[in-house]
Amino acid sequence: MEYSWDFSIVFLRPGNWARGFAVTMVYAVATTVAGLVLGLVCGMVMLSRHTILASPIHGYVQFFRSTPLLIQIVWFYYALPVVIGLNIPAWLAAGLGLTLYMGAFSAEIFRAGIMSIDKGQWQAARALGMMPVQMMRRIILPQATRRMVPPFVNQSVLQLKNTSLLSVVAVPDLMYTGTLLVSETFRPLEIYTALAVFYFIILYPLQRLAKLLEQRDDV
Amino acid sequence: MMSEPLAADAVMVEVKDLTKSYGNVEAVKGVSLLVRRGEAQFVIGPSGCGKSTFLRCINLLEEPSSGSMRVGETAIEFGRGHRMSAREQARFRSNVGMVFQQFHLFPHMTALQNVMEGPVTVKRVARAQARHQAEALLAKVGLADKRDVYPRHLSGGQAQRVAIARALAMQPRVMLLDEVTSALDPELVGEVLEVIRQLTFEGMTMIVVTHEMAFAREVAARVVFMDAGLILEEGSAEELLDRPRNPRLQSFLRRFRN
Repeated sequence: MEYSWDFSIVFLRPGNWARGFAVTMVYAVATTVAGLVLGLVCGMVMLSRHTILASPIHGYVQFFRSTPLLIQIVWFYYALPVVIGLNIPAWLAAGLGLTLYMGAFSAEIFRAGIMSIDKGQWQAARALGMMPVQMMRRIILPQATRRMVPPFVNQSVLQLKNTSLLSVVAVPDLMYTGTLLVSETFRPLEIYTALAVFYFIILYPLQRLAKLLEQRDDV
Repeated sequence: MMSEPLAADAVMVEVKDLTKSYGNVEAVKGVSLLVRRGEAQFVIGPSGCGKSTFLRCINLLEEPSSGSMRVGETAIEFGRGHRMSAREQARFRSNVGMVFQQFHLFPHMTALQNVMEGPVTVKRVARAQARHQAEALLAKVGLADKRDVYPRHLSGGQAQRVAIARALAMQPRVMLLDEVTSALDPELVGEVLEVIRQLTFEGMTMIVVTHEMAFAREVAARVVFMDAGLILEEGSAEELLDRPRNPRLQSFLRRFRN
């Protein structure tokens, strides 16, 4: 096998890469934050005793956790406008799938984090005469948050990598930029290798942070 | 928070025909109990006899199915048509101290913060005042030097003493102690019993569920024997422990001697 590597072509379109990087970051941050907020709300509803509200939320969470993200993105991009009869902008449709996906996983992390707190803590707080809100704020959340941070960071790392799926609906992110360059240069090996390095450079610090948070031992 | 002072020999806790069912299973089958102010009322009985459930009913950690109860001036009816709001329940619990078998200290707070938490969050006591009181309470249970220590660095006996101080900080009308020495290594039981003994001397009203028969004989004003969700015998510690009449109580105590 003779293959002469030529990594110089990777740097052919610096402007495109910069834009791709920006698009990836904006989608990653925006859909992660929106998904976290959504997950927080859904997680609280799932924990509440409102079964009428909670069952559709459970359904949503199960559905989005059990179907491929790629299909969700494609569906929101192509099918949603048809279904609701509204022409929502492409960038929004693409982001919606990612947000709901993050929301579903966050809801579960949030719910599990709260549920993992020992029953005795709830009882001790209640025995002191705390109201439910005080109990959450003073006793349960401070303990649960510490347990939820590592899985949230891990999910955010996955979320950033998952933005690469946006390229299938022509969102000009890093992945899309790379794919275009491949079709122009016919050098997939160099370009995908470089892409992997880009993602790694972005995500390695986050991974380290997650590790540090896991090892933190102040409770 | 404290209301009208009660007469010295007043009844502090009055429970009437209290029942607690889980589905078809009746764990407490109609229990009545009077506890006078300053008395240590002990509750003994075999495991699963309903004594812990009964105790947890008194501070509403379990919602009784029927019956009525009065603690201090607050009277409550249970059963159909008698639902308390979350605020009423919380207010009621703030006057009833509870100490658990497994301590349940708040792990993200130091010993001092654990003791301050109730007064500051529930009673809105000023921090400085709450700290002052918490320091005094920790000193009282012999743990002044552990004020800044987190619960994971405390021994079981120390943790339980902090838990007692945490309950006392609310200045409860009655303290409920639920097998507070059962989770401790034998050599740590004494230091916790010593704190409880001191509380009885000070005239704290208490309902104590325990398996420590020698301790009950020493400090209990009154003892009741529960079995299968019912009080089968009640009287002074002497009467109950030395001259038991009920055959179930006799066989229960025999198991303790051996």
